[in-house]
Amino acid sequence: MFGLNLSLGSVNIPFLDILKVLFGSETADATWVEIVWNFRMTKALTCILAGGGLALAGLQMQTLFRNALAGPDVLGLSSGASLAVSLILMGKAGGISLISEPGPWTLVLVASLGCVSVFLVMLMIARKLHDNVSLLIVGLMIGAGTSSVVSVLQYISRAEDMQTYLIWTFGSLGGLSWTELLVLAIVLVVGSIISIHSAKSLNAWMLGDTYARSLGIDIRSARLWIIFSTSLLTGSITAFCGPIAFIGLAVPHLVKLILQSSNHKALVPAVVIGGAVLMLFCDTAAQLPGSVQILPVNAVTSLIGAPVVIWVILRHKRIYQ
Amino acid sequence: MSQDSDILLQGINLTVGYPNRDPLFADLNIALNAKELVCFMGPNGAGKSTLLRTLACLQQPLKGSVKLPSSAASSSISIVLTERISNVGLTVRELVTFGRYPFLDWRIQLSKMDHDRIDQSIAQVNIRHLADKKIFELSDGQLQMAMIARALAQDTPVILLDEPTAHLDLNNRVEVMKLLRQLARDTNRAVLVATHELDLALQLADVIWITGKQKNIVTGIPEDLVLNGTFDDAFQFKGFDLKSGKVEHARYQGKKIKLNGSGAEYLWSRNALERNGYQVVDDQADCHLAVISAQQWEVSGSEKIQTFNTLHDVLQFLNSI
Repeated sequence: MFGLNLSLGSVNIPFLDILKVLFGSETADATWVEIVWNFRMTKALTCILAGGGLALAGLQMQTLFRNALAGPDVLGLSSGASLAVSLILMGKAGGISLISEPGPWTLVLVASLGCVSVFLVMLMIARKLHDNVSLLIVGLMIGAGTSSVVSVLQYISRAEDMQTYLIWTFGSLGGLSWTELLVLAIVLVVGSIISIHSAKSLNAWMLGDTYARSLGIDIRSARLWIIFSTSLLTGSITAFCGPIAFIGLAVPHLVKLILQSSNHKALVPAVVIGGAVLMLFCDTAAQLPGSVQILPVNAVTSLIGAPVVIWVILRHKRIYQ
Repeated sequence: MSQDSDILLQGINLTVGYPNRDPLFADLNIALNAKELVCFMGPNGAGKSTLLRTLACLQQPLKGSVKLPSSAASSSISIVLTERISNVGLTVRELVTFGRYPFLDWRIQLSKMDHDRIDQSIAQVNIRHLADKKIFELSDGQLQMAMIARALAQDTPVILLDEPTAHLDLNNRVEVMKLLRQLARDTNRAVLVATHELDLALQLADVIWITGKQKNIVTGIPEDLVLNGTFDDAFQFKGFDLKSGKVEHARYQGKKIKLNGSGAEYLWSRNALERNGYQVVDDQADCHLAVISAQQWEVSGSEKIQTFNTLHDVLQFLNSI
């Protein structure tokens, strides 16, 4: 999948030449080296990191809330990030000039902040509401609220700023520098370490809070760690790549069905791999049809994600946490 | 039976409930002894589940303390809740493995001893043939057995169960209760069961706890509590005579019948008569019914002797005269 992703793009490069570039030998066209290393390679790596991270975040949310349809975006995390980013990109029009020259780092920070603050609100509400369905409705309401603020900002902002924001919301896996990739990689590694470290708590959580506590799990700190890891993953990926839909929701279910297991010790790495593969697939699919024209990645993930979610709901009896 | 060394759990001056509300129980002094099955009975809403959670150290008592013999932590008590957890993609074996979680670190690596305890627990509840089945494939009774096995694997001196027979049919209810009693005796544990199964509790419990009117708990062996009227006070039976163990029937037929016979045939013949409104007396009867065998009855009234092959026919004849 990685190789396929590398070999497809708007400039046609034979697969053999790609291998040559990768192994440092001479190719027919010197610009190919540039394209493969600095464009396609970064993009493929972004796919792997973003897909894996989002899928992991989705898995953690589904287990934490014991709800098969939970995901970072359902609970308003991505909306929070969107709001924060839109405030940065389009805030000038509303007289709010938070940061004059938004660089990639400020976007990461701001998106993570938006993500974390929405999550903290959700967590506070989660303490009051023990019913997961009401919690999901609250999450959707927060999403609706933030998107209306974003609409207002869009209405009053300049066309150029709005377009920057709109393109951000389409989701993009390309154009990341190696430094940004490194940040994403660190985030994914940290998130995965926390998640693997929490595998025991996540497993025990499948039985509910009371059982988890009777098994000696410190659910307060476990919950905080899981939320921290999820916010970190979702926040930074959303900041770099925009709000990518459905990967976080669909991949955990697919992996569970394939593995036939709910043990998080196996699920965590499997979901990261599954997310990476599906993301690479979606990105490849986004380039395939026109070969020159590239579709926004969100269109493709939703196209694949939506049928999966429908199928999950239809077969709900077979779906487990 | 209850020397000090056998006490596995003690509630001292325990006041149980939720802050800022009337306590559910006040100043309880209760103890669980090794090898004893205790059935905890009382009407719904009396606070049985809350007391169970308090004894399991999952909820702070308002006053007083829960004393464990050793310096063991909260995980030294295992608990089986009413909450059903059927929508989880675990095998029975994985579920029972959760019982070992208090002994494991984040890597969840099972030692040989852990595996042995898991096998032993599964064997103790006679579900070895189900070990590799998924939980959602099990019947209610089988699932309850698996939950009990999980509690056993936790290797705790005390097991608390909240209505373990609630969703089960008669056969499974008897099986679960008999198993719990046998486990208490064979494995030197104290088992506390919150239950509504009056008939089973009376026949199987070593000790019964009944919620009293003054936020207290009356304890004693079943027979004493029946004879001194504690049960009648607590349950306010409507048309059920606990001392005879029978439902009181209205004697609407106004006829007295003398019944001769022995064994099960006698008991069920008597049941048939009383259920249909006849009064069974020793002398001065309107009619005489003799049980010859399970297929033959003789009715002798003022006139001739009549022979019948089923109780149904006997009743039809009696109703016609």
